[in-house]
This record gives sequence, C-alpha cells and structure tokens, in this order.
Amino acid sequence: MAKTSFAAGRYSALALLRGALGGHRHWGRAWRAAEPGGPYDVIIIGGGGHGLATAYYLAQVHGVRRVAVLEKGYIGGGNTGRNTTIVRSNYRQPQLQRMLDHSLRLWHGLSDELNYNVMFSPRGALFLGHSDADMVKLAERGDALIAMNIDAELMTPDAVAKLVPLLDMRRDARWPIEGGLIQRRGGTARHDAVAWGFARAADNLGVDIIENCEVTGFLRDGDRVTGVTTTRGDISGGRTAICVAGNSGHVAGLAGLKLPIESHTLQAWVTEPVKPMIDTVVMSQSLHCYFSQSDKGGIVGGGDPDMFPSYAQRGAPIRLEESIAQCIALAPALSRLRMVRSWAGVTDMSFDGAPIIGEMPLAGLYLNGGWCYGGFKATPGSGWLYAHLLATGENHPIAAPFGLDRFASGRTVDEAGAGPMPQHR
Amino acid sequence: MLLIPCPHCGPRNQEEFAYERSVDSLVRLDDAPGVAMAALYARANLRGEDHEIWVHVQGCGQWLRLTRDRVTHAFRDVEAL
Repeated sequence: MAKTSFAAGRYSALALLRGALGGHRHWGRAWRAAEPGGPYDVIIIGGGGHGLATAYYLAQVHGVRRVAVLEKGYIGGGNTGRNTTIVRSNYRQPQLQRMLDHSLRLWHGLSDELNYNVMFSPRGALFLGHSDADMVKLAERGDALIAMNIDAELMTPDAVAKLVPLLDMRRDARWPIEGGLIQRRGGTARHDAVAWGFARAADNLGVDIIENCEVTGFLRDGDRVTGVTTTRGDISGGRTAICVAGNSGHVAGLAGLKLPIESHTLQAWVTEPVKPMIDTVVMSQSLHCYFSQSDKGGIVGGGDPDMFPSYAQRGAPIRLEESIAQCIALAPALSRLRMVRSWAGVTDMSFDGAPIIGEMPLAGLYLNGGWCYGGFKATPGSGWLYAHLLATGENHPIAAPFGLDRFASGRTVDEAGAGPMPQHR
Repeated sequence: MLLIPCPHCGPRNQEEFAYERSVDSLVRLDDAPGVAMAALYARANLRGEDHEIWVHVQGCGQWLRLTRDRVTHAFRDVEAL
C-alpha cells in the first residue's frame, strides 16, 4: 500500500528526533477545527470511531472527499473512549464471523495504514469453559470458526493454566475452569488512538470534522432527506449517514422513525496500574465477564449491561459488583488491587443482537448502529462497509445480511437465539 | 441505583425488579400483521420520558407500569397492572 502523505508531516522516529532537537515545538494539531460548510456529498452524524472510519474509507477507498463528520461533543468522548478495547472475531453466526473477521484483518494493518500507533496488540482472546456443556459449546464454536478459515484453538485446563497462571484452577473453585477456546489473532487496542488516528487521516484527505455540533433535526424535500439542522446551523448534503450507536433511537426519532433498538447502559471499570500480570484477554461467556491489562498497567474489565433502558452515562453498582465478583473468583489476585474508576456508556441493544447497516425508509438517509456492546472491535470494518454503502448506494455483500429489513422478513442474525427482545447476551 | 416505588410494597431496591419491556411493545391477539410487527420491533426509545413494564420478581411478583425519564432516571408515575 502506498504511504499516505500528510500535509503536516508523517509521524516517524525521524520526526520525533527532529522534535527532540527543537524542543518539540513543531507539532501541530492532528486535525483542523473545521467550520460547517457544504453542501457535502456525505454528512456523517457521529464522530465516534465508526463515523470517523467511515469518513476515512469514503475518502481513501472511494475518493469521496466532500464529507462532513458532525460530533455533538468532542472526538473520543463517547463510546469510543468507554469500551474495554477488546478486538476479536470469534462469533458463532457465519454472517457475524464474515463481518468481524473482515474487520480484524483491517485491525492487523491499521497503525501502518493510518500512520498512527493504535497500539493494536493481538495478545489472544480466551473464552473460558466452566463445565462439560461449556466445553462442548466452545468446541462446536471452534469448529464453526475453523470451517470459516478463522483461527480458533481449543485448550485443555493445563494449557489454560500455563497461559494465564493467575486463574484459580482448583477443582472446588467458585467457577471451576474446564478449558478454553482462544483466538490468538484477537487482542486489544488503544481506543482513543483509534478515534484520533482515523480523525487525523480523514482530515488529511479533506474531510471536515466538526465538533460541538449536535444534530437537532433533518432537512427534508418530501420523502427525501437533504441534510441536517444542527446547533451550528443547517448543513446540506447528498447522503446523510446516522452513525451514533447508543443514540440511534434518538436520532432516528428526529426523522420520525422507530428502530428495533433499545438504549441500555453498559459499565466498565479499571484498577490502579500494576506491573504486567495478564497478557491475554480473559472472557467468560457463561458468567459474562471479561478482563485484560492495559498497556498502562490497569486491569480493565466489565460484564453484563444494566438490563433496563437508559440514556444516562452512569450505571448501577449491582452490575458493577457482579462483574467484579466474577473476575475476582476467576483470578483471585485481582482482589488485592484498588479500583480507580468505573464508568458507563450507552449502547444500542438491537433486537437480534446484531448490528444494523443499511438504508432507512427515507431516501437519502442511512443507518449504521445497533452494535449492542460489541462495536469497538468492528470499528475499521464497520467504517469500511458503511463507506461502501454510502459511496455506491448498495450494501457490500458482507453487510447485506444486516439491513434494517431483516426484521420484517424474518431473516434476523440471532447469535443468542433469544427472539425479538433487546439482547442481553 | 433506582429506588422503585412499588404500589404494593412501597419503595424497594432496583435489584428486586426486572425490566420487562416498553409499553409500546404490547402485541394484542387481534392486531393486524403490520401492527404486530411494529409492536415487536419498532421502539420509540425516547431520550426522555417513556412508559415501561417492570415486574417485582423478588417481591410481590406483581406487574407495574412505570413512567420514567431515561436520562435522569426520575419516576413520574407508577401504577399497578
């Protein structure tokens, strides 16, 4: 791939060295503070990772450069900065496997492509099994993944103990560990850097990133959407793209539309930074908790969502306690650490647990949302697929199963097999 | 954390309750397919006040209708069903 040139210069070891000699005074803004302009070819509502990735791939892959990204707050202030940074593609349904492995392949070259260190660390994503039934389920999932050419490796209890010595492997542990399933290409990334890297690269290609600009309504010409009204004035464009997962219901409501989505709160927490103690992402889907160690040293973890609709970016202590209790039972050493922060994000819980990418019932309006609490891992892939839809007007074959029409036609992608309810698992 | 005013038991901890669904998701037996479809899959999902059905599962077991603000978490109305 040809290296992207940056107007303000590429980031490199040489640039760092030159900066050191000059007292680091030459570093400019990573992206312009763009003013609303237009008309644009594409208006993207939402300056999170997905929206910024969409803008980048629109400009980079499709040559569509008259693009605006509207962000109600600041870049990296929403769910992009609130997740637990886990990246993996080991899903069960083939539609999700195809989509998330496409994304995972983009992750593996992302720092080079963006000329920005997103600190992607494929350290392995491990699911634990706690019973014979769990192991049968994990083996079945592993087989399904391998059949799709996605890496999966079933592990014995001894292999799990060797990989993560902190785990409580006693037979009489609260949740005995009977083995695991690991995806070694999975791992973590620095979430803020992903947003910043995409923002800088998109801006460099001419995309206007407009912060503190909240969409308040849609400009209409009959049944066609022709732009948006915002707190910074009206902005018109050819295609308007909603990309605000967490708030999809609210923004669709501004156009008078309803979605198969409920907004729920999901919490996460981090401990004080300590020396390296876990170099794998550990997850249990039977319990539903997950933890890993950030590059700064904090143990980052989370669990179930709060299980009731909420747009408040704060959660109830009962869920926090649940996920922490589970993590501590699995790795008792964690009990000695102090928690320094917990926070919450608002997630789009879709009614089959899968994302929605496609056209809306109004011409010129598109949706990318419904990521439940699995959106971060999909950031590059979601942007790439959404850019394809916005540039060509047609969903890419990988995104085709995720159209909004799948609910009416009964072709849901129901990973949990739980029917028409906001999926909790 | 919510302190939910159960009409039968008085204010109780959120942990005793389960959120069931929003009121606009009720499907009636004689609904036309399009109406039933909308009730199953289309949500107003308001960033503000909405109506919800909860169950006091670990209390009196009764069903409640809550009118609740989804940003401030304030209750405006609770009624027994």
